Amino acid sequence: MQPIIEIRGVSFAYNSIEVLKDINLKINKGDFVGLIGPNGSGKTTLLKLILGILNQKEGEISLFNKKINDFKEWHKIGYVPQKATNIDSNFPATVSEIVSMGLLSVKNLPKIFTKEDNKKIKESLQIVNMQDYSKKRITELSGGQQQRVLIAKALVTNPEVLLLDEPTTGVDSQNQTAFYELLGNLNKKGITIILVSHDIGRITDHVTKIASINQTLTFYGTHKEFCLNDKNHKHIHEHRLCLDKNYEAK
Amino acid sequence: MLEMLSYVFMQKAFIAGILIATACALLGTFLILRKFSLFGDGIAHISFGGVAAGLLFNITPFIGALVFGLIGSFGILKLREKSKIHADTAIGLVSHASLGLGIFIASIASGFNVDILSYLFGNILAIKDTELILSIILTGIVIIFVTIFNKDLFYIAFDEESAKVSGIKVDLLNTLLILLTAITIVSAMNIVGLMLASSLLIFPAASALQLRKSFKSTIIIATIISILSVIIGISAAYYFDFATAGTIVLVNTAIFLILLVAKKVFK
Repeated sequence: MQPIIEIRGVSFAYNSIEVLKDINLKINKGDFVGLIGPNGSGKTTLLKLILGILNQKEGEISLFNKKINDFKEWHKIGYVPQKATNIDSNFPATVSEIVSMGLLSVKNLPKIFTKEDNKKIKESLQIVNMQDYSKKRITELSGGQQQRVLIAKALVTNPEVLLLDEPTTGVDSQNQTAFYELLGNLNKKGITIILVSHDIGRITDHVTKIASINQTLTFYGTHKEFCLNDKNHKHIHEHRLCLDKNYEAK
Repeated sequence: MLEMLSYVFMQKAFIAGILIATACALLGTFLILRKFSLFGDGIAHISFGGVAAGLLFNITPFIGALVFGLIGSFGILKLREKSKIHADTAIGLVSHASLGLGIFIASIASGFNVDILSYLFGNILAIKDTELILSIILTGIVIIFVTIFNKDLFYIAFDEESAKVSGIKVDLLNTLLILLTAITIVSAMNIVGLMLASSLLIFPAASALQLRKSFKSTIIIATIISILSVIIGISAAYYFDFATAGTIVLVNTAIFLILLVAKKVFK
């Protein structure tokens, strides 16, 4: 299968402090990858490199078979950043206005929204079951609802890949479960998902692969492979990844 | 009202005032959302050095202030980027350096101190033709810029990283926003003076934000408040001989307080 994201020998340092070292990773269409690792392990940095927010000093990143510097089709990629729900209480935006921001990557100047665009915004809100809130201010919503709106923003261009960085920070337990179910459903519809989390134990029912990093890539494979590999016991303990599973080695 | 408008100097005052009020409200909304609200204050201080230098070297003070304002704002951006100094510190450093230069020039060339006062406190009823034309051109550029890029600027204000991922030229738009703010502050110099120029950037947007509306409504309300305050200020100067700048700021203060109280009462 042709990978849609390919990372080859990528290293990155902030000033002289090395954060990532020789990362090699291939993500195929339809994968739901849980990117895990302890705090400061370089998860967010790797995500920012994939998104082109940071530039790697060594190695190569390809998106949809194009080197990242030549890649222009950013509408194919939806992004939900870390601290996404930390929205200023005075920020003057309705749900509909927030979702419309996602369309800017496919609009030409002067970027006037058409009826077709409004239809896309409505459809995107329907996917996350927030269609009744389009006129509400984003700050009037709960953390879980805000997160759904941000997913709708990321989905409005019909992306093929969705990247999420610790999306459930500040969201209560009940809403987290509903949120992960939503991601699982999106993945079943064919959207490739990369989810950065330090608490990935909650989503083992949805992820198809686990990428564990701690400066280097320490593991990449299925959940079952992860749990059956003795080398990962340290991580198993840390992330409580395998406690509710009972895999038996063949 | 009609009698007032029959005078050319009043026509000039209203044209310049309404344009400046519109530009300030548009830019101010984004500056407040980006938490850059004191940037305008810094630029006003920087421009004071330019006014003094202009008067010393017999160059139109408007041009002196504009050159200093643009160089100073660029300096703040670079200081922040290259030296990793926080924005508020960078604003303080550059603005006080230029303010110090202005005071130094004024002290060694005491002959133009009276002229300096009119730039510090504004004199909208004595706008020169060249200054009016420059104000119209410069604020016209600001209004066109914000009209074209308002959605991009709004996205950057909400989430800079996501905007970057969407292909928006975040660094370029940030630089243009800051440079155009410098232009607007200098253009506002004749109306409210350098001392109060940044008030037109802050008050209308801060007042509109109290209403907790959509972004589109907020920016329209901020513009209406800004224009209204300038019209009241100029009219008060004509009919009651009140200080234009002071009246504009007081009207803005009253509007802000009314909306702040109303927000608490009708919560």
